[in-house]
Amino acid sequence: MIWLLVAAVLFWMATWVLNEWLSRQNFGSGLVQKAVNLVIPLMFGVAILVLWEGFTRGLDVPKVLLPPPTMIWQRILNSLPILWADFQQTFLKAVIAGYVLGCGSGFLVALLCDRSSFMKRGLLPLGNFVSALPIIGVAPIMVMWFGFDWQSKAAVVVIMTFFPMLVNTVQGLSAADLMQRDLMRTYASTWWQTLTKLRLPAAAPFIFNALKINSTLALIGAIVAEFFGTPIVGMGFRISTEVGRMNVDMVWAEIAVAALAGSAFYGLVALVERIVTFWHPSLRSGRT
Amino acid sequence: MNARGKTIPVLTVISVIVVIWYACVVWMNAPFEYDKAKRAGVEIGFSQLVSNTMSQDRPVLPAAHQIVEEMYNTIVLKNITSRRSLVYHGWITLSATLLGFIIGTFLGVVLAVGIVHNRAMDKSVMPWVIASQTIPILAIAPMIIVVLNAVGLSGLLPKALISTYLSFFPVVVGMVKGLRSPDEAQLDLMRTYSASSAQTFWKLRWPSSMPYLFTSLKIAIAISLVGAIVGELPTGAVAGLGARLLAGSYYGQTIQIWSALFTAAILAAVLVMIVGVAHSYVLKRMGQKPDGTAA
Repeated sequence: MIWLLVAAVLFWMATWVLNEWLSRQNFGSGLVQKAVNLVIPLMFGVAILVLWEGFTRGLDVPKVLLPPPTMIWQRILNSLPILWADFQQTFLKAVIAGYVLGCGSGFLVALLCDRSSFMKRGLLPLGNFVSALPIIGVAPIMVMWFGFDWQSKAAVVVIMTFFPMLVNTVQGLSAADLMQRDLMRTYASTWWQTLTKLRLPAAAPFIFNALKINSTLALIGAIVAEFFGTPIVGMGFRISTEVGRMNVDMVWAEIAVAALAGSAFYGLVALVERIVTFWHPSLRSGRT
Repeated sequence: MNARGKTIPVLTVISVIVVIWYACVVWMNAPFEYDKAKRAGVEIGFSQLVSNTMSQDRPVLPAAHQIVEEMYNTIVLKNITSRRSLVYHGWITLSATLLGFIIGTFLGVVLAVGIVHNRAMDKSVMPWVIASQTIPILAIAPMIIVVLNAVGLSGLLPKALISTYLSFFPVVVGMVKGLRSPDEAQLDLMRTYSASSAQTFWKLRWPSSMPYLFTSLKIAIAISLVGAIVGELPTGAVAGLGARLLAGSYYGQTIQIWSALFTAAILAAVLVMIVGVAHSYVLKRMGQKPDGTAA
């Protein structure tokens, strides 16, 4: 079986050399360059998977420790209904509800305290401070207050996403410079007009930054909250029970789903960001 | 915004929060008191109600002074080696946090140096460093703990590994940015000195990455603590702040949950503060202003 490992290592080294070569090339046309830039990380990923497969099969690693990727894939295909039910419970109910409520309320509170510099100076350091705290610890309290179902998980997500949104929005709202605000004043625009036409667009990169941070935080919050008690469905529940039964391949299947959902969520937010803040330098330079 | 301009507003907001908290204590704990009074067949006055809601054994929301009292009892009064002492549990969490933080920082710096100096690594590893963070590591923490236990690794290291995984990411991202922060003119100057790439690294890139490194370290240490706490959840509630949380939620000991939570918060604040002090010390030694701008 050792030849499997050798083959995997050889494959890995071959892709490494190829990557090295590809990244040194200078392709004339932009489209080819773009494709190559996409291929390089993809090849790296495939190489890792092959190495993983060869390593686990070649060395006969006990599958309790680390199942090979093909086995995880098999498990995903075999238990689609369960995975879908868990995904529905954790992601579609708890994460989405909590994310919308948490980001929305963070945004609204930021707008409210924007009107008073006193509130802003008081809330901003506190918000920064709270962002550094292990907020995930409120999960048991929320489970006690809101019961076992998805509402308690949504509550944890709300608390976790609230503070990053608050801090970033407050910072973003002060991003428009004095000159631009003065211009709005010479137009005799109201606070509301200044907000919608100047300051919110200027704050958009900050707000999207918070939305992106929150998209990963939300998923983590919901899953961890499920360790503290849930009905018999949900990704966190599945992970903790299957670990107890040593069904590690099922756990990995669940992780794959979580990673996929997390990346897709993040990607979606990033895509919307590209469309909304197309004017921002960081995106303009990225296009060349 | 100087420090003086912040203190009063922050204190105001904190006192508002405390007032709201106590109002919530009365409001959320009142149903239990009403219920008790009804069963005892007595009318309960408002002042009696208020004082009762603040001294329940297992309140829905404990009052702040109850938490402080519990923390005082478990931190100061208990023997440090006692299993009921929060210092004991806090130390277990802290040691895992620090070990994970150190490994994570080391790994992050090494990866960042590799990424900056090798084009293939930059193009192939960087996307995966980012992708690695989409795996909700906190969610698989129990599995990592259990699996590592199965192969005989137990105690500090598995928890530290989770902290490592969480903390290396901000360090990589910050260090790559920092090592690339010297501009062309500075790099050209090094070239005119015919400096080797190692010299360029130690004399230019490394010093100019320091502000970025410390900003990342602040995030990394906070997230390490979270990792260590979550890593303690599945070990069957043996020891550590996470275990205190879990045990508290099993037995409905709300005061215990809240005091563990507050201890964790204080720990996080102290750790971030220590990194912040190191930050300004190092930058001062390097002749820069503490806020990271060159003097």
